[in-house]
Amino acid sequence: MTTATLQNVERLLHTGPGGPTDPGLADHLDLHGPVVLPSHDDPAWAQALRAEVAASGLSGRGGGGFPAAAKWDSVLRSNRRPVVVVNAMEGEPASAKDRALLAWSPHLVLDGAELVAALSGARSVVVCVADDRDDSARAVRRAVAERTRAGSPRSLSIERPPARYVTGEESALVSWLERHDARPVLRVDKSVPLRVGRRPVLLHNAETLAQVALIARHGSAWFRQLGTADAPGSTLVTVSGGVRTPGVVEVELGTPVDQVVGRCGPTGPISGYLLGGYGGAWLAPELGSTPLAPDPLARAGATLGVGIVIALPATSCGIAEASRIARWMAGESAGQCGPCVFGLPAIADDLERLAAGRADAGVLARIDERSRSVAGRGACRHPDGVARMVRSALQVFAADAAAHAAGRPCDGRHEPSVLVFPAPAPAPALALAPAPAPALTGGAS
Amino acid sequence: MSTRTAVRVPVHLRVRVDPVACDAYGYCAELLPERVTLDEWGYPVVDGTPVGQELVELATRAAAECPRRAFHLDQVAGGR
Repeated sequence: MTTATLQNVERLLHTGPGGPTDPGLADHLDLHGPVVLPSHDDPAWAQALRAEVAASGLSGRGGGGFPAAAKWDSVLRSNRRPVVVVNAMEGEPASAKDRALLAWSPHLVLDGAELVAALSGARSVVVCVADDRDDSARAVRRAVAERTRAGSPRSLSIERPPARYVTGEESALVSWLERHDARPVLRVDKSVPLRVGRRPVLLHNAETLAQVALIARHGSAWFRQLGTADAPGSTLVTVSGGVRTPGVVEVELGTPVDQVVGRCGPTGPISGYLLGGYGGAWLAPELGSTPLAPDPLARAGATLGVGIVIALPATSCGIAEASRIARWMAGESAGQCGPCVFGLPAIADDLERLAAGRADAGVLARIDERSRSVAGRGACRHPDGVARMVRSALQVFAADAAAHAAGRPCDGRHEPSVLVFPAPAPAPALALAPAPAPALTGGAS
Repeated sequence: MSTRTAVRVPVHLRVRVDPVACDAYGYCAELLPERVTLDEWGYPVVDGTPVGQELVELATRAAAECPRRAFHLDQVAGGR
């Protein structure tokens, strides 16, 4: 595939001539066309849809990148009807795609959820929207009410779990639905489906379901007209940082990273890209032509994650920005596992001292060693993500890191952060809180 | 007399820590230093190396004596 020019893709964000205008069910059907939604179990139809989605090569858009159709198999083997969970939590601060999708096309997401429900025999669909996202919740409630009035045979409902980074993690979200405890659960065997009550859970990211709704209408060949053989289709990307028009764009998978950023108008030279999210990885500017797709990004040491691209302006300090992410992510730990509770703050401490040029000689080795140590030792992959982000920062900004370690900080650390950080979450229940710092009285520098 | 060939399913033993349950008592590292080290905060780091016959008794004891029941000796089918 060649991607010489960046084309405007409008599949998910197709809005019709009037632009995005809070589309109702009738508008939605006018725009996207009808979709077959059996009201009773229909094995032949289910088999055909499963085959079509498998042929499309659709992978999950929630960060895991697991083939969507394969996810159904473990649940379909169960003899109980599953419950379909729509993950629209979007705990990644730099992501806005779920919000965009629910604002522009809530019915596309619900089409996908109902299709997966019909395919798997599920009779209920639960849409999870964070408790601080009232606009998205309103859009979902309205769409659910319309579909219920239109006679949907399935029970559609909305839940509002707490807006925290880890709540969007699959096992944490299911744990919240089950017992209102939004903390990840250790899963020894991931092929055993999560359950709510006795029902196995079929959980998908909102965008994945919207893609299923399009594949059900137009087929796998249509889906594959965009993207690469390994990473077919389009995807939503949230672009921010040093760009004039930050926001959500829909692009063909395989589009070079720098072209995706180019579409949002870079404000100046870029010294790196953060890919995937706060638990993602930094990409060096020389690798800006890397195709935005899982495999090429993995080869470049990065990740697609939930489709986040943050362009770091050359005037900023990458180490300082990495330290801010590490600090925030440390505060977002669920507080359950020692390596995460103690390791992440220690890594953030060192990164802050490094950015300020006040670190000791062993700082780089210590950050690297601790990052390696915490990875893979939590119940969830929260520490792994932070470790990956931190280690990639030390590689991509290696020259800066060496200078800062030698006591020469850069002015970039005083630049305002290009990153978004939601208000600090309340301290995790089980974390050991450090002693409060003495209050500063006047004369702050 | 007929000879029978036993069908052997390769199974080996591996230690595993439940990080949620673990409270860094450190007994596992004392009992089984061959497979467990402690990080700077006292939490165990286990390697994925199979636990051989010579270590099974100690590994079993480490699992039994963990105050949080966070240390496990798992049977893993097949070689990896």
